[in-house]
Amino acid sequence: MAKVLDKAAEAAQERGAVKTALTGNEAVAQAMRQINPDVVAAYPITPQTEIVQIYSSFVADGLVNTEFVAVESEHSAMSASIGASAAGARAMTATSSQGLALMWEMLYIAAGLRLPIVMPVTNRALSAPINIHCDHSDTMGARDAGWIHIFSENSQEAYDNTIQAIRIAEHPDVLLPVMVTTDGFIISHAMEVVEVEDDERVRKFVGAYKPDRYLLDVDHPITMGGLDFTDYYFEHRRSLAEPIFGANKRIVEIGEEFGREFGRRYGLFEEYRMDDAEYATIILGSTAGTAKVAVDELREQGVKAGMIKVRVFRPFPHEEIAGAIAGCKVVAVMDRSDGLSGRGGPVFGEVRSSICDREKKPVTVGYVYGLGGRDINVEMIESVYRDMQEIAATGKRALVSYLGVRE
Amino acid sequence: MAKLTEIRWHGRGGQGAKTAALLFGEAALSEGKYIQAFPEYGPERTGAPVQSFNRISEEPITIHCHVRNPNVVVVLDPTLIGAVDVTAGLTPGGVIIINTQQSVAEMKKKLGADGHRVYTLDASTIAKETIGRDIPNTPMLGALVKVTGLLSYDTVMEDTRKKLEKKFRNRPEVIEGNLKAIERAYNEVKGVE
Repeated sequence: MAKVLDKAAEAAQERGAVKTALTGNEAVAQAMRQINPDVVAAYPITPQTEIVQIYSSFVADGLVNTEFVAVESEHSAMSASIGASAAGARAMTATSSQGLALMWEMLYIAAGLRLPIVMPVTNRALSAPINIHCDHSDTMGARDAGWIHIFSENSQEAYDNTIQAIRIAEHPDVLLPVMVTTDGFIISHAMEVVEVEDDERVRKFVGAYKPDRYLLDVDHPITMGGLDFTDYYFEHRRSLAEPIFGANKRIVEIGEEFGREFGRRYGLFEEYRMDDAEYATIILGSTAGTAKVAVDELREQGVKAGMIKVRVFRPFPHEEIAGAIAGCKVVAVMDRSDGLSGRGGPVFGEVRSSICDREKKPVTVGYVYGLGGRDINVEMIESVYRDMQEIAATGKRALVSYLGVRE
Repeated sequence: MAKLTEIRWHGRGGQGAKTAALLFGEAALSEGKYIQAFPEYGPERTGAPVQSFNRISEEPITIHCHVRNPNVVVVLDPTLIGAVDVTAGLTPGGVIIINTQQSVAEMKKKLGADGHRVYTLDASTIAKETIGRDIPNTPMLGALVKVTGLLSYDTVMEDTRKKLEKKFRNRPEVIEGNLKAIERAYNEVKGVE
């Protein structure tokens, strides 16, 4: 183990990466500094505020040449990003919770116009009641808006995903907006060790933005956002499905290229000790890290435990995840939001839909946990694995449970 | 030392509990360790009891839940004793370092801390004499370094100087005062066998 780490450290030093203690928000702001977008239009909201605050200081200090637009609301933040992107600029913004909710109508427009805007989102619960802490309700509510959703486990992934998101969004086969999420406070405000890569290397990886079609290209005038009634609207919305279907191939390619360049490879999801796993959880965000500790402890006790951390939630890697869990006896899908669908959270629905046509499939159960930042610790995750063993032994299950709530 | 060390800082809003955790975390990173440093975010206000946390390990840290069973507790404000259950969840044999003018024996009695290792430091007096204000976080950092032996004294001094030089470029007396506070605390913490 130590030798492997030493080797990785050596490689990091060689390419000019610096190990830095950063919060999730600071890591995202650093990634944005290196990306140096043409336009950032943003409005502060807890727990995203520092991203905007730090970035505006980069602008003031002349470290970037971004046009920073201090808008008066998130609706305007997304509108200005759309305007800038349509004009031909590389545009970014960032938000959380109610801010994302206020962007609602503009989210669909960004996707419908095929604008490659990248938006870090610091996940936070939605009101009511008012709460500033983490759950995934905010971005889950935007899951059908046509955006690509990438989740991060920690500050390092928040940094890496933000950089890759630019390449994904701007890929000619994709051309869709991307949101990169991190867990509010748990990651956004916790200081951890992050390898910040060399500025030039990151800039080279991101590359220059050369849009094919844009409004300020006066030699090739185009219209964006035209009126589409019964004659063409359906065709245009149908055409939105193609890049979403194809995006995962590009996301994997870019994740592999990132790995070659910076030593950290990314796929659609991470399999943790899944090789011979009989019991698996499927988790998004920071809880996946805590679950790794639980899985390690269970393995020591002889339980064949594994975990799948979903990185790309939209488009959901249905076939790949179905394949990865095909050999499991029981799978528990952990949702940090309650879909209020009567059938558990949104990830549970996706996983069930992935496996329903398969002949060999595990028994699945759903857990809703951590709403409004409610802590989830190793013991709680271990209790889910105990539930799974019980289900395998008795055949009896509760389809959806609420973990860590007082009833 | 265990593979993963968890530390809980108790303070009152404005005393620098968060800053102390960040400084300690960054100093640990400069020794090549993996770290986490994070405050508890509630309805904080000046003077209200607050907590912050560190995790320190030789290996990457993936756990992201609250710290419930710290190995070390640092209490920045003597008036928290009795008001807050500062030993809650402290592991058997765990360390508690308290900013107080009272003796180790008095503190042990007050806490009923059987099985915990109790250390005291008059950090407020040191802070007033070195920094000029009752900001006990940097002296308590010195005590923590001495008691736990987790980090080298020289690394912490060097790293803290770097951090302070960034923040207080135009106020060298603040930098020197803070470093003196760590040095004195390192030498004056009581309870070390």
